[in-house]
Amino acid sequence: MSIDLSQFYEVFFEESFEGLDAMESELLNLEPGTPDNETINTIFRAAHSIKGGSGTFGFSAVADFTHVVETLLDQIRDGQRQLTQVQIDLFLQSVDCLREMLSALRDSEEPDTQEAQALKAQFEAILAGDELAGLESNQVTPDDSSNTAVEEESRLGWQIQFKPGKDILKTGNEPIYMLQELGEIGDVELDINLDFVPTLETIEAEDCYFNWDIKLKSDCDLAKVDEVFEWVVDDCEINITPLETLVSAVDEEVSENATELGQAPAAEAITPAVEPENQDSSPAQSAKVTESTPAKKDNAPKNAEASSIRVGIEKVDSLINMVGELVITQAMLTQLSEGDFDKAKLVSLQEGLAQLAHNTRDLQESVMRIRMLPISFVFSRFPRLVRDTSKKLGKQIELKLLGEQTELDKTVMEKISDPMVHLVRNAMDHGLETTEERIASGKSEVGSITLNAFHQGGNIVIEIIDDGKGLNTEKIKQKAIANGLITENSDLTDEEINLLIFEPGFSTADQVSDLSGRGVGMDVVRRNIQALNGSVELASTPGEGSTFTIRLPLTLAILDGQLIRVGEHIYIIPLVNIIESLQINLEDVNCVGGEYDVLRLRDEYIPIIRLFDLFNHEPDSKKMEDGLLVVVEHDNEKIGILVDELLAQQQVVIKSLEANYMKVEGVSGATILGDGTVSLIIDISGAIKLAGLKKSVRRSIEKAVVDLESA
Amino acid sequence: MKKILAVDDSASMRQMVSFTLKKAGFDVTEAKDGVDALNIAKSNTFDLVISDVNMPNMDGITLIGHLRGLPDYKFVPMLMLTTESGLDKKSAGKAAGATGWIVKPFNPDQLLATIGKVLR
Repeated sequence: MSIDLSQFYEVFFEESFEGLDAMESELLNLEPGTPDNETINTIFRAAHSIKGGSGTFGFSAVADFTHVVETLLDQIRDGQRQLTQVQIDLFLQSVDCLREMLSALRDSEEPDTQEAQALKAQFEAILAGDELAGLESNQVTPDDSSNTAVEEESRLGWQIQFKPGKDILKTGNEPIYMLQELGEIGDVELDINLDFVPTLETIEAEDCYFNWDIKLKSDCDLAKVDEVFEWVVDDCEINITPLETLVSAVDEEVSENATELGQAPAAEAITPAVEPENQDSSPAQSAKVTESTPAKKDNAPKNAEASSIRVGIEKVDSLINMVGELVITQAMLTQLSEGDFDKAKLVSLQEGLAQLAHNTRDLQESVMRIRMLPISFVFSRFPRLVRDTSKKLGKQIELKLLGEQTELDKTVMEKISDPMVHLVRNAMDHGLETTEERIASGKSEVGSITLNAFHQGGNIVIEIIDDGKGLNTEKIKQKAIANGLITENSDLTDEEINLLIFEPGFSTADQVSDLSGRGVGMDVVRRNIQALNGSVELASTPGEGSTFTIRLPLTLAILDGQLIRVGEHIYIIPLVNIIESLQINLEDVNCVGGEYDVLRLRDEYIPIIRLFDLFNHEPDSKKMEDGLLVVVEHDNEKIGILVDELLAQQQVVIKSLEANYMKVEGVSGATILGDGTVSLIIDISGAIKLAGLKKSVRRSIEKAVVDLESA
Repeated sequence: MKKILAVDDSASMRQMVSFTLKKAGFDVTEAKDGVDALNIAKSNTFDLVISDVNMPNMDGITLIGHLRGLPDYKFVPMLMLTTESGLDKKSAGKAAGATGWIVKPFNPDQLLATIGKVLR
C-alpha cells in the first residue's frame, strides 16, 4: 500500500517543537546530581518521540542525532550516570540544534548537520567515557543472520518442531496464524501431534495442548522462519533444522513429491518460493523511497509556520453553540418574512435583528478567540535566554513571569517575540548592575527582570520591568546632543529625553557589547511594535529600575474605527489613536513658515494636516473653522487631522491593500462598510510622512511657535 | 470490520498508524496515553491493541498488563511499538502479556505486514 507520509509531517513538526520546548523548560529546572525522576522522564520522552517520528518519516539526520541524546538520557534515567552541568548545557545545545534542523526540514530545506555532528561527537565522547553495558545493546540486535550466513547455498527447506507453550493463547498469539504465515513462505506439510491433549475431565479450555512437526519447502533463510516465531520463541519449544539433511538421512515416509524435489535441480524447486521472499524484503526498499520523497517535494509551502493552529475543544464547542443560536435567529427571521408583512410584525423583526446583531457579535468574538493563544508561548523562551545571558554577563538574574495565561492573537504573538527579546537583553545588559555594584548600592545581589502581561480595554499590555539602575538621563542627553538629535538649549523633560533612545541611530552603551548594540537599535524595536499598531512607553527611576510598556491590539484582523468624511469620501481612523475631536477656534491657529498650520491646544502645539490636501479631494469647505479637527496621537506626539464630518464608530474588518492591490502611502488597509462601499483606513504615521511633517520639521515648528510667542 | 485500538502520545505517529490501518479497511480508535486507552477499552471491545511504550500518565506495558487482566481482553492480541534501543522492554512487555512488538521506525507496509501475524 502506498501512503504518502508527508501528510503527517506537519503534525510531526508541531509536536516535535512542542517536545523541544518541554525539554528546554525541564532542562532549565534541572540541577546536577541525581535529578527528579519525572523531570528526566519528560525530557527523555520528548527526545524519544522525536527520534521515533523522525525515523518513521525519513528524517534520518535528526533520528541519528537524537539517538545519542536519548542514549545518554536513558543512562541518566536509569541511574547509571550522574547528571553534570556540562551535560545539561550539552542537552540544551542539542535542543537548539534539533530546532534548527527541524525548522529547515519543515521549510523543505536540507538541514545543516555540522553542528549536530559536533554535538554528537561530544555525546559519544561522554558515552565512551566508561564502559557501560547499556551501550552495547545498541549495536547488538538479536538477529540470527550470523547463523544463516553459513547456510548460503541453496536449500530445500526447513524441518520445524513447534511445541507452543500452554499459555500461548493468553498472550494473544495464535499458533494457527503462524502456520498460515509459514504457508505464505513456501509449501507446508503438517503433522499434528495430539499426544499431550489431556482427558476431557482435566482439559483447560484456554490452554494449548497441540504441537506440530512442520516441513517447510522453501529456499528462505533461517531468519525468515525465525521471524514467524519471533514473538513466542521464549515461551515455546521450537526446533528448526534444514530439510535436506532430513531428506538424505531418509525418511521413508517422505512423499514421492518430496523425493522428487530432492532430486530435481535446485533452481526449479526454488522458483515458487522466490516470489514471496522478494515481496517480503521490499519494505526496506520502500523505506528508502519514502525517505527521498520529502526532499523532492517542492510544492510544500515555505514558512509553514503560520499554517496551523491548535485550538482547545471548549473554544470549538462555544463556536458551535453560537452557530446554533444564529441558525435559530435566522429561522425566526425567515418565518417573519413569510406571508404579508404588516405592522404587527415590525416589533418582532426589530427584535430578531437585535438578536442577530447579538449573535454576530458573539460569534465574532468566539472566532477571534480561536486565534488567541496564551502569551506563555512567547514567555517560555525567556528562562533560557536569561539563563544563558546571565552566565555570559556574569550577573545573577532572576526572571519572574506574570500573566502567562493572557491571550493574544497568534500573528501578533509571532511578531512581538523579537522586540521583546531585544528589550529583555537590553534590560539585562544595560539596566541591571553588576553584582558588585548592586551590593555597593545596598540592593540584593540578584537582579530581577519581570515580564508581566495583562489585558486592558481591547489591548494587551506587556511590561518588561527591571530593578536595575534606571536610565542615565544625563548621558542620554549628552549623546543626543552629540548625535545632533537635540541642541544644548532644547528644553526637554527627563521623560522626553529618555524617549530619545527610541530615535534611529541612538546607542548609549560606551562599548558595543556582544549582547545589545549590535546595530539593531531601539528604534527598530519601536518600529516593529508600531507595525503591529502598537506602542511602547518607558518609565524609569534612577537607582530603582526601568519599565518598558508595550501596548498591542489583541488582533490584527479587526479594529475599532472612527468613520470620517472628507467631501464624498469616507475614511477610517483607528479609534486607539484618537485623543479628542474638536472644532477649531481660528484664534488659536498659527501659520509657521508660511507652510504649516499649528493649533494651540491648551499647552500644546499641534500641527494640522488637511486630509483633503493629502488625498486630493474636494472638501465641503476649505475653511478650517467649518470642519472638525481629529486629534490623534502617534509616537507620543499629537497631530490634528482636519475632516469635514465625524460619522459612526464601528468595528471594521481589516483587508490588506498590499496583498490585494499594492502598498499605498498613508493608508494601512481597507474595509467594506455596511452599504458595501470600500473605505480606506488611515495609517497615521504614513499620513504624517506624506504631509511632509518629519520629526525635525515638527520640532522646528514648535520652536518657531515658541519664538513667535515670546517675541 | 476488525476493530483496532491505536495508542500513542505522539499525534503524528498516531495519525500515521491510524491512517494506514483505516486505509487497509480496519475500524480504528485512537487513544493518547495509557489512561485514555484503558478507559476507551473498558467500554468497547477490540480485535487488536497497538500501543506505544513510553507515554505519559500510563506507559504501554502497564496498559497491556491492565488490559490482559480484563475478561474481554484475555485473548486479544496486543502489540507494542518500540525502538531498537528499547529491546529490553520486550521481555517486560511479554511478561505483562504483550503478544508481540513492532520496531520503530517502521513504514506503513511493515506495519500491515506485522499486523497480519495476529489478525487474519
